Amino acid sequence: MAQDHHDHDHDHSELSDVALRVRALETVLTGKGYVEPAALDALIDLYETKVGPRNGARVVARAWSDPAFRDRLLEDATAAIAELDYVGRQGEHMVCVANTPDIHNMIVCTLCSCYPWPVLGLPPVWYKSAPYRSRVVIDPRGVLAEFGVTLPETTKIRVWDSTAEIRYLVLPMRPEGTEGWSEEALAELVTRDSMIGTGLPLSSSEAER
Amino acid sequence: MNGGQDLGGMMGFGPIDPETGEPVFHAEWERRVFALTLAAGAPGGWNIDMSRFARENRPPQDYLSKSYYELWLAGLETLLAERGLVSAQEIEEGRPIGPSEPPARILAAADVEAAMRRGGPTDREPSRPASYKPGDRVMTINSHPRGHTRLPRYVRGKPGIVDVVHGCHVFPDSNAAGLGEDPQWLYGVLFDAAELWGPDAESGQTLRVDLWEPYLVAI
Repeated sequence: MAQDHHDHDHDHSELSDVALRVRALETVLTGKGYVEPAALDALIDLYETKVGPRNGARVVARAWSDPAFRDRLLEDATAAIAELDYVGRQGEHMVCVANTPDIHNMIVCTLCSCYPWPVLGLPPVWYKSAPYRSRVVIDPRGVLAEFGVTLPETTKIRVWDSTAEIRYLVLPMRPEGTEGWSEEALAELVTRDSMIGTGLPLSSSEAER
Repeated sequence: MNGGQDLGGMMGFGPIDPETGEPVFHAEWERRVFALTLAAGAPGGWNIDMSRFARENRPPQDYLSKSYYELWLAGLETLLAERGLVSAQEIEEGRPIGPSEPPARILAAADVEAAMRRGGPTDREPSRPASYKPGDRVMTINSHPRGHTRLPRYVRGKPGIVDVVHGCHVFPDSNAAGLGEDPQWLYGVLFDAAELWGPDAESGQTLRVDLWEPYLVAI
């Protein structure tokens, strides 16, 4: 799949062929009464402004703060995540996998773009694109290097290919030097990529900058 | 199908090039395609496996040259045309042509949040016991169906170990073809990277792939 994020379709420019075609299709669908325009706006608003990776960051921060929640999260992630009211489409069957000094987990969907929407929102372009989907399964350490992550040689890598309707969330390791931090402060350390496995959480000193 | 979507292990696509501070959408038309695809599922009545197949069922060079939301647009057009809901001529002219059937159901704005919260669980009551349990050694089948499948090429004909039993889930190969859900036991199967990639594999690397019972045989 082509990566198109350098080809921005700015509002002030002429509409591209694809933009015109989408507009035509929308006109036909609304004209026939098949879609309700206000429903389109509601869908866009929901996934552009409400559902996103801050949800997942709160899940991770709670797991770092509350050992009983962490146990529930690793035992039945769907139910544990629902405690924070993150539920629904593309998160119907959640599994959470914990990073340790011995194992680092990375999530991919080689066949399409499966991604846990309720906790991470819609996937970034790179997650859906051919370079990541093709390479992470065969060269995970090379992929990590591209994201600026170097792991100890002794840390084994496990790659999870989301081929079914099970959706995966990585529980990264809690950064050192964060004893006594509030859940809110801890959530600020949790990056989206650390919950996919292509990144690590911010360190306590990075958070203070 | 052995199409452009089955990317695991391919080479030469270049750097991953993550974008710093990436927005959720990069253009207004991407927002509209995203929302149209979700909303049109109500009158369209297709399932997630049919929509995946509509995106991937095209020449690999076409699949690989389209951006993500261009694929969604192409898939949506296919699904609508297959059901006689929107013709190519209507899209060309940008207006409905002739009479059309009233939709069986539509997604109302007031129902959007509830519908997304409900989602579409795929677990089903099993009609028979699972054939495998954690720790069992299995072999994936060597199979190249022309229709939709969720058995990637890079794990076909490979030995693995059942790591977990997820339960009984809708079987995509059947569901995408309109042949019913045909629920099957779903397993998380663990593979040693060296079994998939040979001696140059990353040392100690493992892969876990979710696979339905028809994809597996006991060894």
